Amino acid sequence: MQHNSSARSGNNTNTEPAPVRWLLVATAMLFLTLFLFVPLAAVFSEAFSKGWETYLAALREPDTWSAIKLTVLVAAISVPLNLVFGLVASWAIAKFAFPGKSLLLTLIDLPFSVSPVISGLIYVLLFGLQGWLGPWLQDHDLKIVFAAPGIILATIFVTFPFVARELIPLMESQGREEEEAALTLGASGLQTFFLVTLPNVKWGVLYGVILCNARAMGEFGAVSVVSGHIRGMTNTVPLQVEILYNEYNYAAAFAVASLLALLALVTLVVKSWVEFRMKRQEIQS
Amino acid sequence: MSITKSAHNRVLPGFGLTLGYTIFYLSVIVLIPLSALFFKTATLSWGDFVATVISPRVIASFRLTFGAAIAAAVANAVFGTLVAWVLVRYRFPGKKLADALVDLPFALPTAVAGITLATVYSSNGWLGKYLEPLGIKVAFTPLGITVAMVFIGLPFVVRTVQPVLEELEPELEEAAACLGANRWQTIRRVLLPSITPAVITGFALAFARGVGEYGSIIFIAGNMPMKSEITPLLIITKLEQYDYAGATAIASVMLVISFVMLLVINILQKWSRRYAA
Repeated sequence: MQHNSSARSGNNTNTEPAPVRWLLVATAMLFLTLFLFVPLAAVFSEAFSKGWETYLAALREPDTWSAIKLTVLVAAISVPLNLVFGLVASWAIAKFAFPGKSLLLTLIDLPFSVSPVISGLIYVLLFGLQGWLGPWLQDHDLKIVFAAPGIILATIFVTFPFVARELIPLMESQGREEEEAALTLGASGLQTFFLVTLPNVKWGVLYGVILCNARAMGEFGAVSVVSGHIRGMTNTVPLQVEILYNEYNYAAAFAVASLLALLALVTLVVKSWVEFRMKRQEIQS
Repeated sequence: MSITKSAHNRVLPGFGLTLGYTIFYLSVIVLIPLSALFFKTATLSWGDFVATVISPRVIASFRLTFGAAIAAAVANAVFGTLVAWVLVRYRFPGKKLADALVDLPFALPTAVAGITLATVYSSNGWLGKYLEPLGIKVAFTPLGITVAMVFIGLPFVVRTVQPVLEELEPELEEAAACLGANRWQTIRRVLLPSITPAVITGFALAFARGVGEYGSIIFIAGNMPMKSEITPLLIITKLEQYDYAGATAIASVMLVISFVMLLVINILQKWSRRYAA
């Protein structure tokens, strides 16, 4: 990313006088400090404000535990489903030419431009008591909205594009010569996919999956609409944070929030590492 | 792509199956549920729909949501471009860390961002206690809503402008300097026009995200009807009162606006790509 910065800093015509440079850096860092660094530090500082004992006690709370279990379950179902979709869709879109491709791409991106609240609302309209399928579901004693299936559906919706939008451009850039060579040499379609295509895009897959997972575990708006907020039953970790906060139980709220902040930091570290590997792969090939 | 069109197109297997599954999954998860919203809206009479959408409380929420989103997107366009510039052009300690943390708003769950911003900017919070004596109240005011939207929109501008700045040819600036332009003229006449499409795209992305945002805002907003109640919250309030028709009407207006925004962003991105090439 900074491959030519050293060349640049030695070049007087293409840079600003030192005082201007420092002023700009200072302004940018002040902005990032106010909006990013201070809030990030505050999560952990608030979480430990009443000491380790309170922190651990807050995490041992049974409601928090069931929220963690639900969040892991939701991510464990929605991330693999969207991963399979991403692989299948990128094969169809990147390896073949067909009319309506750009419309399909726009439709795949759609969930990113829909407000999370609306992403939850649409499932209430479909499966809620007043919804299309509501009466039928009630007759058959099935519960989707205000239960785990609704939370999973809303999460799949909001994380829908992550893997696909990462893989499509990557697979497109790699063309199809390698796959065609494999087929010519007698490999089956699936062998070609698993032994040729997948290894080529493995970093892209990982990149999409970690971002998808971060969003799946952290989604708040959509899940909040379909969850029904039943403690110990339909609360995910972010909803548990909200409940604790609204009960003025700040130390516990931030203790639980610190778990999510930790997840975000791990996600960023893995993301930076994957970006580094992808760049290396690009240079090598 | 070197291989052209359909003669080679069917050498690879699995086209029908994968495209079929893609369209099936897309329909089940995205298209059918989204269409439910419009069918539900269609069951409202036109009069009811209009009455819901132009009621003073809804109009006030639209004004607040769009106003705050524009203000936040402007702030992000200015400071996000500055951050991108500094990250691409200068070397300073902590640069790698700053670069990685720019994505924090993408990775940090919105509820965590919400309670944290509310705490930090409240009157006895880390930042609020210095702002309050200056007469600046952030938490529980429309300003707080803007602050939350700046937080969640920041990476959009930085990550759109950054690659464009990286790909700028240094020769352009050298040529301008050789032709006698001073540094300020080079920046204004050569650099700024080349990054403008990217800045506008980032602005539009940040704006679109701000308009729909819920989790990071509700904790800092105060949520007073007519004063600090954003549109997504109003949809939830209507839902909790079992006013499904009202919630759906407002949601469909928002959805149409996001579709228009998506269209505009697509056009902008094509424009900035053409500019780059």
